[in-house]
This record gives sequence, structure tokens and C-alpha cells, in this order.
Amino acid sequence: MPSTASATSVASGAGIESRPASGIAAAVETVEVSAKRRRADGVVELLLSRPSGARLPDWTPGSHVDLVLPNGLTRQYSLCGDRWDAHTYRIAVLREPDGRGGSAFVHDELRPGDRVGLGGPRNHFPLVPSEAYLFIAGGIGITPLLPMIHQADLLGADWRLLYGGRRLATMAFRDELERHGERVHVAPEDTHGLLDLRAWLGEPRTGVRVYCCGPAPLLTAVERACRHWPAHTLHTERFTATEPPAPARDEPFEVELRRSGTTVTVTPDVSVLHAVRQAGVEALSSCRQGTCGTCETTVLGGLPDHRDAILADHEREAGDCMFICVSRSRTDRLVLDL
Amino acid sequence: MTETLHRAGTLPVNDADPFAPEHLETPEPLHAALRDAGPVVYLARYDVYALARYEQVHAALVNWQDFQSGAGVGLSNFRYEKPWRPPSLLLEADPPRHDAPRRVLAAILGPRALRRLRQTWFAEAEALVERVLGERELDGVPALAEAFPLRVFPDAVGLQREGRQNLLPYGNFAFNAFGPANSLVTDAAPHVPEWAAWVDAQCARDRLGPDGFGGRIWAAADRGELTHEQAPLVVRSLLTAGVDTTVHGLAAVLHAFATHPGQWQRVRDNPAAARVAFDEAVRWASPVQTFFRTATTDTLVGGTTIPEGRKILMFLAAANRDPRRWERPDTFDLGRDPSGHVGFGMGLHQCVGQHVARLEAEALLTALARRVRRLELTGEPVRQHNNTLRALRSLPLRLHPA
Repeated sequence: MPSTASATSVASGAGIESRPASGIAAAVETVEVSAKRRRADGVVELLLSRPSGARLPDWTPGSHVDLVLPNGLTRQYSLCGDRWDAHTYRIAVLREPDGRGGSAFVHDELRPGDRVGLGGPRNHFPLVPSEAYLFIAGGIGITPLLPMIHQADLLGADWRLLYGGRRLATMAFRDELERHGERVHVAPEDTHGLLDLRAWLGEPRTGVRVYCCGPAPLLTAVERACRHWPAHTLHTERFTATEPPAPARDEPFEVELRRSGTTVTVTPDVSVLHAVRQAGVEALSSCRQGTCGTCETTVLGGLPDHRDAILADHEREAGDCMFICVSRSRTDRLVLDL
Repeated sequence: MTETLHRAGTLPVNDADPFAPEHLETPEPLHAALRDAGPVVYLARYDVYALARYEQVHAALVNWQDFQSGAGVGLSNFRYEKPWRPPSLLLEADPPRHDAPRRVLAAILGPRALRRLRQTWFAEAEALVERVLGERELDGVPALAEAFPLRVFPDAVGLQREGRQNLLPYGNFAFNAFGPANSLVTDAAPHVPEWAAWVDAQCARDRLGPDGFGGRIWAAADRGELTHEQAPLVVRSLLTAGVDTTVHGLAAVLHAFATHPGQWQRVRDNPAAARVAFDEAVRWASPVQTFFRTATTDTLVGGTTIPEGRKILMFLAAANRDPRRWERPDTFDLGRDPSGHVGFGMGLHQCVGQHVARLEAEALLTALARRVRRLELTGEPVRQHNNTLRALRSLPLRLHPA
């Protein structure tokens, strides 16, 4: 069975009304837009860094972050920069013609110096070890593949990239891929037609991993083309972002600590962990970045606003646990087993 | 020599051998001296740079880009010296090679994956405490600190019963081997092939139960998340780092409670404090005292440039008792928040088994808190010297039943 990861890359923005810009709660991990530039028709690149200049959380190729935009919308974007630079994240955002909130806001409103909330990074699309990789990108689906290509190159793996898009002018990062020469095949639809996947993939064989990110029709076609390949060959990532159940909030919320029989108010400037400790209730933590898992806490009521790097989507949706060093609340009240 | 003298102008120099018996017996005075000397200290004896303050140790631990592990996390520099065994795919690796083994093991040893073991381990701890309560006096190291991990961990890995006595000496040697080739290393060397042969043999798929940590590592390889060549080495990491560390962590928390009876009462009053108690003991005793890194580039630390390719010795234990970070750092105190200690490391190499260790400790301490009113120290604890571990050989105890 091909492993299929959901989420990321570009959020649709459909169905959620924008809220007036109201700033991002200070306790939420905040990053600043340090640069913004156009990379192709309809594609802008953002560089993000911490206002303090401190390191950003570590990540691996295939990871995405949640950005909490100043208009209150949360959107997911693949990281496409260089992990050896611990101080900068790079993302690229496609303007979605049907989108109403996320991509239009990033394109039209967001400016260098603006701050956005950050969740994750999380990785549901990890690069597994292999001696050979075949990468297939459709449009903005190139973003998670860029760091994978860098890594495959670094490890001396045999790799090739098939990069499709509507028109050449809409296909970002071609300049960065140029140095790889014949490993990269760029095939815009208006001049090359639909991607000839079977010819490019060749005969099914072992020892190869196929990584594909792009729009749904491309993924379906790749899944079909890889049907006779060995199990676990194909790894895909879909664009469709899961809509959070409620917009991120920046008002105070109440947290009931049921075992301790006390309730604390978590104001926007502190973490749940901090508020809990201030109330004299024991809660162990370690990394304070939502990565190590030490502060996992059982949720008995309310909806957590997950900002950790640990939980998979289905575990987030279950809402039965949270990492209180970074995660917050989507509801007025949370009940924790503390 | 001229190099040393030249450096002495700007960089504090210390001539001590941190791996000498007197410092392994009582490391605190040297740790304090290194902390107070400056953010970086040159250790002339081994030609390495030492970090002993919390701020610099923490910064070096999280900065894998400038402080690599792939050239070894001991004194030996793998760029020039052949390691005594094939390097670990986790501890002695850097991104990107480190990614897949870490991801697989982190999922297998994560808190949610361990839930299935909780009930069994708590029951095993109750049974062990029940047994030892029958003895008037006991040695807390073999009777509790060793007995409990050896009872639950090899089963959880899925190891066969025969030969498990090899685990402790093998792990003890692996942690000695991070230091210099002193007598702790050379005295054990003749036995190493035998221990290593047993450990390596246990990493094979057909020796491991399908549902244990080991079997799950092989299953991840079947799913392509690791290669089949990597799987046995990832199992080996579990067997190397998963036993001695928890033994000495448990010994440390028992030692702490035996010498701080008031703190034991706090756990008896509130068993939920067991988790914090274990982490406070890990901060207080630092079962893993030190690890090395290697500079990947000329790196500025506290005003000193550490040249590319040079070894850096991080004193986790000194950082965990740095008064610049902790109030009354030498006091074992359940009233403090030990969060942020570097006893498990920090950053992407942070102990992947920390949740296993915490669960073992929580199980044992909970069972003891229920049945034992007081842990009385009936003799002098005896240290076991190790180039990396802060270890106890013996902890004479009398358990007063509740």
C-alpha cells in the first residue's frame, strides 16, 4: 500500500471568513517575516525568523509548519529552505484563485516585519533512506521536495525530478534546480502536455522510493502508475489542508486542573505550562518547544489548539491529549488531568 | 606547549584529568572550578575544550550544525581514529543520516506507544517491592535499581532470557569507552569481544519477539522506514543505552530519598510527585555526566573561538548544578521545577528513551511510596567509577514498611 500523508503545502482557505487583524498572542511561538519576494507567477517566497534572532525548532525534509496569520486564519506550508540555517525558515505560497483568506492575505497584506504565529514543524512526509529516489512535483508541490532533493544529493543517492506545472512562468525555483542538469526534467503542460508518468518512471523495480506532491489529479495518476511497483515505494502528500475546528484565539481562556481542584486563567502572554506552574501544580517539561513529549497532558474537556511537533493529524483531532508547553485552547475552557 | 601557553592569555586552562579516580569519585569540586573559570576552559591534559556552565552546555547541545556528533561523542575523534565498534546510527550520527533511525525509535519509545506497558510495569514494581520488603536490610543497587530495569526492559525489547547478564557489563564498557583509554577501559577490554558478540547476536530479527521494541524496529524496516542494514544497529542502541543509564538513574533517586527523608514524605503524600522526583534526581545526580562534540567550523563560544575539528567536552552534570541557572543547585528538592535540566541532553539527540526511564521510575517509586515509610541508609554508598556515568555499586538500605 502506498503510504499517503494528508495535509500541507497550500491551504485552500475556503469556507472560513477572515477576522479583523488583531495580533498574535505573545505566548504563541512567533516568527517575523524577514523577507518576501516573488518566485513565479502567483508564487511568493517568505523567509521567517525569530524576532530575537534565536534558533528555530529543528525540522526534517517533508516537514510543514502551521502559520497563524494576523487575520486569525491558520494555514499549513511546507518548509523549503536549508535546515543547516537554524535561524531561517523558508516557505512558498501559491495564490489560490478560489481561496478567500490564507493565500490572498499572504500575497496582498503580509509584509516584511509582520509577525505570524507558528506551530510545529511536523513531518507526515518523511524521506526514508534509499539509494534511489524519483521525485514528482506538480506546481507548488515542488516545495517539500526541494529539501529532499538537497538531502538526496548530499547523500550521493541516485535521484531524478519530474517537475510539471501549467506554464513555465508559474513554476517556482527552476533557477535553483538548474545546477542539477539532466537529473531535472521540467515539463510545463502548455508546451509538453500531461506528464508521461509511465515512460518517466520506467519498469517497476526494487530499491527506489517515489515521492510525489501536487494537485489531486496528479497524485491519482501517480498512484495508478505505481500500482505494480513494490509495496512502500510511493510516498505522496496532498494539498488539502484540514480545516481547524475553530479559528485560533488570542483571548484569555480558563483551564480547569481537575485532579488539583483548581482553575487558572491563561492570558495571551503566557503558556498553559507557565499558568499551571504558577498555580503551584506540578507539571514536568523539558524542551519547551513541543518536540520532546515530556509535558504530554490528558485533556478531559474543551478543544486544544495544538502547536506541537509530535501529534499526527488523527491524534490532533482526537483532542484527548496536548503538550502544554506550546499548545493552547480553541475553546473558552479546557479541562486537564492535572 | 607553545599553543597552550598562547591560549592561556585569553582562555582559562585547567590541567586536571576529569577521568582520574579522584574526580570520578567526587566530581563536584572540579565541576565548580571549571564553571567558575569561564564559559570555555581548555583542558590541557586532553587538548579539548570544556563547557561546564548551563548556558553554554545547553547551547552546544541544541546546535547540531556547529557541534557534530558524527565524529564521535567521546574523546576519540572518528575523523582520525577507528571506533571500537561500528558507530551508533543515533548517538554518533548527524542529520541527514540521523533522521530515519531517530524518527523510528522516537515513535516506538514515545509516551503514547508506552501506554500498553504501564499496567504491566506497575504490577511488576509492586511484586518486586513486595519481595524485597521481606528482607531486613538490602543493597538498593542490585535489589531495586538493577532488578527492576532488568525485569521489565529486556522483556519490552523482546530479548531471549539467556545471556541477559551481558547487558550491564556491555553498557558499562560502552560508556567507559567515551573517555580516555584508562584502566576502566583496558581492564575490561579482554571481555569485550564476548559481551559484544552476545549483544550483536541479539539484534538479529529471529532473536527478537515480534511485538517488542526490537520487533517493532524490524517491522519499521519492512515498511521501508529504515533499511534492513540499519535495523540491527538501531536495536543495538537500545541494548547499549537502555539499561545502565536507567539503573544508575534509579540508584540516584533511591540515594536521594535515603539521604533526604523529608522529600520522601512528599512523594508518600502525593504519589503524582514521583515523575518530578525522578527528573529532579536526574538533575541532581546526572547519571550521564559528560558527552563530547566536535566543532564543524570555527565556532565562537563565550568569546573563545573553538577551531574546526576540535573536541568539546560538555559537562552535563556541572550544567545541572550551575548556580547561574539553579537556586541551591546542590539540594535535592521536590519543590523545584527541574524542567530544562540537561541530564537527558537537549535538542535532536536528547535521550530517545527518556520516557521509558521515566515510566520505569514512576512505577518503582509509586510502588515504594505505597509500601515504604522510610528508606534508611545503613552504610556508606559505594561509587562505581565510569568515564561517563555517575554510578553506584552499592547502596545499603533498610526499608521501613508503611
